[in-house]
Amino acid sequence: MDLKTLTYLVVGATFLLYIGIAIWSRAGSTKDFYIAGGGVHPIANGMATAADWMSAASFISMAGLIAYMGYGGSVFLMGWTGGFVLLAMFLAPYLRKYGKFTVPEFIGDRFYSRTARIVAVVCLIICSVTYVIGQMKGVGVAFSRFLEVSYDTGLLIGMAIVFFYAVVGGMKGITYTQIAQYCVLIMAYTIPAIFISINLTGNWLPQLGLGSTISGGDVYLLDKLDQVVTDLGFDQYTTSERLSTLNMFAYTLSLMIGTAGLPHVIIRFFTVPKVRDARSSAGWALLFIAILYTTAPAVSAMARLNLHNTIAPPGADSNLAYEERPQWFQNWEKTGLLAYEDKNGDGRIQYTADAESNEMVTVDRDIIVLANPEIAGLPHWVIALVAAGGLAAALSTAAGLLLAIASAISHDLLKGVVMPNISEKAELRASRLSMAAAIGFAGYLGLNPPDFAAGTVALAFGLAAASIFPALMMGIFSQRINREGAIAGMIAGISVTLLYVFQHKGIMFVQSTAFLGDMPENWFFGIEPNAFGVVGAVVNFTVAYGVSAVTQAPPAEIQELVEDIRTPSGVGAAQEH
Amino acid sequence: MPFKSRELARAYWKENLRLMFWLSLVWFVVSYGCGILFVDELNTVRLGGFKLGFWFAQQGSIYVFVALVFIYARMMDKLDRKYGVNDED
Repeated sequence: MDLKTLTYLVVGATFLLYIGIAIWSRAGSTKDFYIAGGGVHPIANGMATAADWMSAASFISMAGLIAYMGYGGSVFLMGWTGGFVLLAMFLAPYLRKYGKFTVPEFIGDRFYSRTARIVAVVCLIICSVTYVIGQMKGVGVAFSRFLEVSYDTGLLIGMAIVFFYAVVGGMKGITYTQIAQYCVLIMAYTIPAIFISINLTGNWLPQLGLGSTISGGDVYLLDKLDQVVTDLGFDQYTTSERLSTLNMFAYTLSLMIGTAGLPHVIIRFFTVPKVRDARSSAGWALLFIAILYTTAPAVSAMARLNLHNTIAPPGADSNLAYEERPQWFQNWEKTGLLAYEDKNGDGRIQYTADAESNEMVTVDRDIIVLANPEIAGLPHWVIALVAAGGLAAALSTAAGLLLAIASAISHDLLKGVVMPNISEKAELRASRLSMAAAIGFAGYLGLNPPDFAAGTVALAFGLAAASIFPALMMGIFSQRINREGAIAGMIAGISVTLLYVFQHKGIMFVQSTAFLGDMPENWFFGIEPNAFGVVGAVVNFTVAYGVSAVTQAPPAEIQELVEDIRTPSGVGAAQEH
Repeated sequence: MPFKSRELARAYWKENLRLMFWLSLVWFVVSYGCGILFVDELNTVRLGGFKLGFWFAQQGSIYVFVALVFIYARMMDKLDRKYGVNDED
């Protein structure tokens, strides 16, 4: 069977599975729609959270980024996992105890203010929309690269699938499809990694293979890689920093607190029965995530070494002749992800760090994961599986984000502010409508990606770090922070972060309006815009404490509410007031 | 069931905070300490084919994170039972 048919079959089978799950798990109430009925097993929720969390960026792009950043890429590995430690200890158990449906709902109640709730909804929508555009692009890209349909058609098919299970099943449908999607994506990620590790090092576990010697010699893989890349003029793999130590510190911290503050992840913990389930479920989620995140750096180093070895075979007198390039090289040239230009006219490929003589003019970072099975010479079904895995990663995250957006609209804005007396049935209908609208809006943005689409995923973390994370922390750990402080803090935090990003990247990312220029000399202590969320968070905390100190303390019942959420027992399933 | 007295509630919260403090200290040391601030010093030590600082940044810190969350869940289960605020199954 040829690769294309096989890919269609595998991807088609996974889609049928998702649709089957959707039909089986229809949502019958708002509780089903918002929190999957509240009875999800902690391990099942852990798996769903892992799929919810790991996006197209984790699956397709991260290993490639690390392959080219080397040690500097560690910011993503630590940043996107360490946040779960914060979530598990500082947020998830208490928010679960509170037992409501959405994140803005907690902020509105704890800070006894409808304004606070609306500000939280605005922050949530800004973070989630910037994030979902990236997922929509991921869906379109995965389709166009693997199934050879156009980007637009691919995006529409993806939207139709999400529409089906998210509108019909709400959180319930999303939860069970995410579990299936986790299984698909983790197999698709680890199987090629295991093969490539065996090929290179003889060790079947990529995590150990990364620290092993290369087969048939006594040179360690990482030492070899360091030597190969420095010979070509690149930075040493295992020590190349991302800009500076301070920047790495700030970037990692921004990603961590952003992770803990992203609403679509937090609401997953509302679906488990008890407070203790929320704690253990976070452990399972992180374990399932760690399987991919500890495999990724092995894929990065091994694929990079393989790529260099293909172009400049060790022991050979001369580099690879362009005419003799392997099949996968030709395949990916067609997509534009690889491009070669014979600058010195010798018909051979030179791949160096020097822009003058380098002939690999385009090496897209995504190639590391996408072409990995072909570079390692794996059978066709593995390649088909990678296609299904990439789609599973993008769809599962998109669905989780869309639910966070839809519930903020139907539950926080409509029921919370506009029509408090709406019946449950009408609210369920409204939640389905807002889900449909959110999918349409996200799809529109995916089809007409705004200029800023490229930088959006990292930005979403900065914004969540600067706005939602501090508000939740202060809501739980302080009884003194009041309405005025929380509102001023959230607005100050998100504004400072947005302003910093805009002044260096352009207003709404229109380059020409970047009034301070995208120049490291103008960066605050050399911190790059994507890493600025942590500064926004500090501003948020400071403003909130300052304003609270000079305004009236929260009423007594709020102080009792805080004491109540700190007590794990007596939790009901999440419900209406 | 809630706490029997305000003092007990306070004592429970204090123990919880202490546990969080120690676990976040470990969280900080393995990632920001070993993986970023002292990475050059640790890189002079080797763990098989890994430089130790690099290993912490790309492998070790993640393993420790997973362990920390499970340890927290377990210790809190114990604490809940000690104060009688666990939800019976």
